[in-house]
Amino acid sequence: MSRPRYRLVVDPIACDGAGVCAELFPEMITLDPWGFPIINGDEIPAGLVDLARRTEVSCPRLALTLVRLDRS
Amino acid sequence: MTGAPTGPTRLLDAPGVDVVGLDAHLQRWGALPSVSAGVLLDAVERSGLRGHGGAWFPVGVKWRAVAGTGRAKPVVVANGAEGEPASGKDRYLLHHAPHLVLDGAATAARAIGGSRVIVHVPAGAVVGIEAALAERSRRGIDSCSFEVVVAPDRFLSGQESAAVATINGRNPGIPTFVGIRSVREQGVAGRATLVQNVETLAHSALIARFGADWFRSVGTGDSTGTVLATVTGRWDTPRIIEIPLGTSLGGALGLDAEAARSIQGVLLGGYGGGWIPTANAMTLPYTEDAARSLGSSIGAGVVVLLPTGVCPLVEVARVVRYMEGEGAGQCGPCVNGLDVLATSVEHLAYRPQSLRGGVAALPSLCALVEGRGACRHPDGVARFVRTAVAVFADHADLHLRRGPCQSTRPFLPVPASAGATR
Repeated sequence: MSRPRYRLVVDPIACDGAGVCAELFPEMITLDPWGFPIINGDEIPAGLVDLARRTEVSCPRLALTLVRLDRS
Repeated sequence: MTGAPTGPTRLLDAPGVDVVGLDAHLQRWGALPSVSAGVLLDAVERSGLRGHGGAWFPVGVKWRAVAGTGRAKPVVVANGAEGEPASGKDRYLLHHAPHLVLDGAATAARAIGGSRVIVHVPAGAVVGIEAALAERSRRGIDSCSFEVVVAPDRFLSGQESAAVATINGRNPGIPTFVGIRSVREQGVAGRATLVQNVETLAHSALIARFGADWFRSVGTGDSTGTVLATVTGRWDTPRIIEIPLGTSLGGALGLDAEAARSIQGVLLGGYGGGWIPTANAMTLPYTEDAARSLGSSIGAGVVVLLPTGVCPLVEVARVVRYMEGEGAGQCGPCVNGLDVLATSVEHLAYRPQSLRGGVAALPSLCALVEGRGACRHPDGVARFVRTAVAVFADHADLHLRRGPCQSTRPFLPVPASAGATR
């Protein structure tokens, strides 16, 4: 069985631009001129999945979700 | 006569008749055949029918996906909200041939194993649809139930998740985030839901009767059948016409080189669509795929021929400000980005010297909003602006070198936006 693959999805309605995600996970998240996250790249590299998970649960608005790539 | 139409006119088969009532409808088309869900799914899939609401998604794939969710009975939404100001074909179809639409909704319900249909239409269409439903109910021809829900009068109300929100009685006309679970799985009252444009449903009513091969006898490649288009700028008033997919747009509109000289550019797909040069429009095979290859979209069939003597940049500025006001106001990138984009195109139109970074700044602003909303509203506005910048590059250059146009008359229909009163 191969390791599950993930991508990050932002719920743009829930997101209010707190910016915590970009601070925790600059490898894949930067901010636009108004402070809202831009996800750079699609699949989260295997070595960064744990960090992505910590970022997911740290969002004060719960606007970030790790979504299995092979299931969507 | 109840035979299949042999020519390229299908949905608009009864010219000169204002409303095709149930008697005339049954006389022309006959009753819906009593066939199994499997037969209907196969026919719709083989027909190649795609969604005429603007996304052009294969209808058979969508119906199978909703049918296959396997839980409680799915719901059908016949979507005629048509928030696009330059479109009138859904309203016309609902008025002229309501029974084709309702037959199509009944067909969809049977195919996906549902028994509940919600007809989601603008306030102005309610009386006509209720009259048609009363005719059907007297005859007892339907095995599904119908309800009518009024779509709010705003641009986004026909968006799939916004329609579901309206029907569910929450935030009417406002999209929800469906990035993780779509309305196909969880829509009206939490059930699997098929939201399908009313014109698409009308086509499926004819596919149910005459079959996939008949449907495919008109059209080209992956673009089968005909499409209703709302054409503005060709005749004195906007007109609804039925075009066989794949016909050259110039041919469908009866444009010759002489007429083309008085057209500055052509807008396809409405305010979330894109501009193409007149020369390309003349020869374009009218299909979604061909329009996309030019960076545009035929969308819900809006065609606008922009005449000379109108400042295209003023038109773009009016539309983008309207679209900014019609945003749902929910997503940061769209709220902030569309306002900056609207201000930038207003600079270009009215005070070009204020446009920082020149015209080149516009595509990068578009990139900042694309793909970043819960719905595709910002993507549509970005496409509208990107293509305008390309098609009207010479005019923009003129504004930057010599200043804005001195006088211009407004041309595109731009209602007061919901945002203006928010």
